[in-house]
Amino acid sequence: MIQESIRNQITFSRIPPGEGLQAGLQLTPQALIDVVRDSGIRGRGGAGFPTGLKWGFAASAPGDKKYVICNADEGEPGTFKDRVILSNWADLVFEGMTLAGYAIGADEGILYLRGEYAFLREELEKCLAERRGQGLLGAAAGGKDGFAFDIHIHMGSGAYVCGEETALIEALEGRRGEARNRPPFPASSGYLGKPTVVNNVETFAWIAAILQRGAAWFKGIGTEKSRGPKLFSISGDVEKPGVYEFPMGITVAGLLQETGGNGAKAVQIGGASGQCVPADHFDRAIAYEDVATGGSIIVFGPQRSMLDVAENFLEFFEEESCGQCTPCRIGNTKLLEGVRLLKQGECSAQYLKELCQLAETMQVASKCGLGQSSPNAFLSIVKHFRKEIFSRDAAAA
Amino acid sequence: MLIAQHDKTRAQIRDLVAKHGCQRNALIPILQDIRDKNGQISDFAMQTVAAQLGIEPSEVYGVVTFYSFLSEKPRGRFVIRLCRTISCDMAGKEEVARQLENDLGICFGETTRDGRFSLEWANCMGVCDQGPALLVNERLYTRVTPEKVSEILDSIQCPA
Repeated sequence: MIQESIRNQITFSRIPPGEGLQAGLQLTPQALIDVVRDSGIRGRGGAGFPTGLKWGFAASAPGDKKYVICNADEGEPGTFKDRVILSNWADLVFEGMTLAGYAIGADEGILYLRGEYAFLREELEKCLAERRGQGLLGAAAGGKDGFAFDIHIHMGSGAYVCGEETALIEALEGRRGEARNRPPFPASSGYLGKPTVVNNVETFAWIAAILQRGAAWFKGIGTEKSRGPKLFSISGDVEKPGVYEFPMGITVAGLLQETGGNGAKAVQIGGASGQCVPADHFDRAIAYEDVATGGSIIVFGPQRSMLDVAENFLEFFEEESCGQCTPCRIGNTKLLEGVRLLKQGECSAQYLKELCQLAETMQVASKCGLGQSSPNAFLSIVKHFRKEIFSRDAAAA
Repeated sequence: MLIAQHDKTRAQIRDLVAKHGCQRNALIPILQDIRDKNGQISDFAMQTVAAQLGIEPSEVYGVVTFYSFLSEKPRGRFVIRLCRTISCDMAGKEEVARQLENDLGICFGETTRDGRFSLEWANCMGVCDQGPALLVNERLYTRVTPEKVSEILDSIQCPA
């Protein structure tokens, strides 16, 4: 039923499974962490925390029991590359998780798979069983004496906020997916209070690739602050939607050229929680230091109403806000009402200004990334499409 | 009748606790299995799980009502979830939604009287390049058009 739309050459298809794992297990755990750190890789889920640093914290955290969690709760609107990775290169993901286990001294890995991807589960379980059969998981995992590691799958139950790592951990513990206060960070106190590394699906796959090809290879791609290649999920008004691999730092214009998105009026980068970049900013770079993204790119053609876009995103956040903190719970509701007023041509400039102030308050006062980032799209649309949003009148709505 | 049903639920939950354990972190896997077997998680099931795990029923209720894939309300044997997020929206999900409502004779959030179908909205399902997308239980359908809706419904009613 589902056709894969892999649109260009993806490095993962050229990484022979197993080699990265073997290379990593020959190093000491510390040396392995050093390789990850030297590669410069930062979290591929979007937040961009340096992976080597995270692993180092978890490795040095005291504790006899530690966990490795793969965040496969890919819920950001517009992103689907993790689904494609899990369908095609699950071995690399499990290799990356195993390497993380070895590096930090964990014996248990958990793949937190979003409920919407239940159709992937059977193949993934099969892959895990094969790996156990080959001695890549279990006692002496990968043939390494004294290193026991196994992975099991935990299904999500439909909650976007669980993509936030502490909410994900709450869900794993059998609770409502409500984000925790940080610190403590999961690296020191995560799942069941134990040191825990949580990384995105793509991050783990790149780790396997880095161990196979070397940190220098990875570091040689991308920009100084955003190393390596990255997978992008492209959807919306483009000729060739699908999954692409590009070096970090590609400009929006460059990306549109490759995907057939010429004539776009705006591009949403980073999903609903990301920024809306208008056409006169298409020279901006997609990188942690400029416009950051976990890979979600949604292209809007000239016929699209940016208020419709903002409304769709805010409907999403209003529903997905977990409700525990007021700025996010009430803020998203008020922003959504505001967008609807704008659509009806009934919003004063003063009220719009107040909404923008509310949005900025949400960015600083919300407890977790959901509420901190949910106003981004609204604010960037108000900023860049002021003329369009004020040209609405009641008759047009 | 009710007592027999309660006994059945109790036995079922005992088995699930044996399978998943009685720690708090077993709660969601237990609830997911109850959902898969019964379609809903009844008040009685929530109370029984709470007793088995040694937690308050309100804690279980809090979890069940938090997650959109867990439900305390009865759901149809086939839950149809149509993605409403931006890319599927731009690809024409509204026309598909109208056709689903027409063909099933229910609105979103409702279940057909024969208990066969429930119709729900879903947020981004991760197939944004092939929208509009919908899930029927765990099965994914992509590039759905209004005219394909009846085909899909027929294929569910008469599995090949």
